[in-house]
Amino acid sequence: MATVPANGKRKIVINPVTRVEGHGKVTIHMDENNHVDQARFHIIEFRGFERFIQGRMYWEAPVVVQRLCGICPVSHHLCGAKATDVIVGADKLTPTAEKMRRLMHYGQTYQSHALHFYHLASPDLLFGFGAPVEKRNVIGVIGEYPEVATKAVLMRKFGQEIIKATSGKKVHGTGAIPGGINKNLSIEERDVLRKDAGKMLEWAVEGLELCKSVVKGNLDFLLAFGSFDSNHVSIVREDGCMDLYDGVLRAKDFEGNIIFDQVKPADYLDYIVEEVRPWSYMKFPHIKSLGKEKGWYRVGPMPRVNCCDFIDTPVAEKERAELMSVTGGKPINSTMAYHWARMIELVHSAEKIIELLDDPDLQGTDLVTSGEKRTRGVAWIEAPRGTLIHHYELNPETDQIVLANLIVSTTHNNEPMNRAVRVVAEQHLEGQAEITEGLLNHIEVGIRAYDPCLSCATHALGQMRLQVQLVGADGTILDEQFRG
Amino acid sequence: MAKPLLATAAFTGCFGCHMSLLDIDDRILKLVELVEFDKSPINDIKTFSRPVDVGLLEGGISNDENVEQLRLFRENCKILISVGQCAITGGVPAMRNTVPLKECFEEAYLRGPSVVDGVLPNDPDIPILLDKVYPCHEVVKIDYFLPGCPPSADTLWAALTALLTGKDMGLPYELIKYD
Repeated sequence: MATVPANGKRKIVINPVTRVEGHGKVTIHMDENNHVDQARFHIIEFRGFERFIQGRMYWEAPVVVQRLCGICPVSHHLCGAKATDVIVGADKLTPTAEKMRRLMHYGQTYQSHALHFYHLASPDLLFGFGAPVEKRNVIGVIGEYPEVATKAVLMRKFGQEIIKATSGKKVHGTGAIPGGINKNLSIEERDVLRKDAGKMLEWAVEGLELCKSVVKGNLDFLLAFGSFDSNHVSIVREDGCMDLYDGVLRAKDFEGNIIFDQVKPADYLDYIVEEVRPWSYMKFPHIKSLGKEKGWYRVGPMPRVNCCDFIDTPVAEKERAELMSVTGGKPINSTMAYHWARMIELVHSAEKIIELLDDPDLQGTDLVTSGEKRTRGVAWIEAPRGTLIHHYELNPETDQIVLANLIVSTTHNNEPMNRAVRVVAEQHLEGQAEITEGLLNHIEVGIRAYDPCLSCATHALGQMRLQVQLVGADGTILDEQFRG
Repeated sequence: MAKPLLATAAFTGCFGCHMSLLDIDDRILKLVELVEFDKSPINDIKTFSRPVDVGLLEGGISNDENVEQLRLFRENCKILISVGQCAITGGVPAMRNTVPLKECFEEAYLRGPSVVDGVLPNDPDIPILLDKVYPCHEVVKIDYFLPGCPPSADTLWAALTALLTGKDMGLPYELIKYD
């Protein structure tokens, strides 16, 4: 980070943003009067999946595309597999395949939410936003709250063990294939997981209580922190129930009025489009009918709780009702409410895992199905961080992918994270003579609430702009590039 | 004696190698007995302020900022380890090396089916892209390589504890995997 004074104006840079996945950078321009002039959250990484996946076989997509992200590879793996289900004409999976995938997905959500809350965000919540740098991390939590930290580690481990049992590996497994799954869950695997599952639900509830006690202990401050009204988008089951694996897309405005509902994946382009801004490699999606000024929206745990009508597991449903009562049943629009909603989903995932482990369909042997082949497959899933959309088209002669479009969770939250940066800067940096490290962490706290996964969001490739030389370890010029 | 210092970096990768490091699970409690973490994306130490013993590098090198950071790691760390396929070969991101850059960004920002009013990002606040994704050892000298996508938690644990306790890092066959 750096503060650069020039003509009374200041440019504040936070680079890199830490305790988030991937690379991001914040720039804030303050004017002569110490007011926020411009505040931006830049995504500074590049991949190029849309283009380099072209020419690959369609069935490679679930395995290659999950390498976008090592925190939630399961989401990309399953979303890619769901798109290829459409391509192979598997309109309804066998019960074993559907439930194995759901188990993998809830295991993923459980580990990812535990990771975010305990390993990445809890240092801010437990020690304070302006706590000393050396303390403000998971090692600090281990030192001061060893019991919480130990449970956190074992909770994440439990989610990872589910992923391993359903996909073969903890990171970048291969369980889902077009039209189904390549293994069921053995009795032995089931029993190992079931032994700990009850405890994992208990600990998830403890984590939720911890989160609630922090939020309620400072309710007015935290509800206002980095907050603003927005639209909300998420998948729900057709009857309005929360469903993280599959369903129809629903959008509500900040007061809870329905903008659209019952939208099917194949029609996504009629509802969601993306704008490009020259200062970020991440695009800016918005609801097509509302346009870019008014159509931006939030996704992820808080919008999912806002969009659904109910949750079909008892503990999480009770907790949903309590969260919604904070705003009298209307959508909650507070950035920090993401943490609360995320912990409700942690509980919900544990409840779903128990339900699934008790289901004998997981030991079924009918694993794959198919039907009439198609050349276009679009699918979505609620990844831990929000709605994830994969769209592939292929050459029917060769089975090679000819078009790929990915709108990932963190990309949907691009405009909201930029708003959060601006609002926190206005709330906490304006008028401050000295911008301390602790104050700058406030900005990152606002971004972290969205649990951004910046590697996911940087599948798009940017333009190279200037001359650059890459000089090798021995001093030779390896690469020289000019503005294209 | 002060604990050795450990720094980690995530360049052009997916963070999966960092996840695999966390997959050592409760052994992380032992790890913090053995080392002190310095600059890393999992804490808020954003710059080097003292010499570090071991640097773990995840990801390949795809832009000017990666190059600058990797050089800083070389200057500040006694031992550098390339962790995972991206750091060692460029990995999946290096699949773009076969496609002209212009085609990649036009696909993403102009031709993508959900793009409206496409434009090519070019602000000075975002890094300059290299034409190819490079493995770390083509930019600086690297001391050790741990393959895998990602290397398993057991592989990382065995390598790190050997290094930190001054033992030979001879890893058994079962711990060397390339997927």
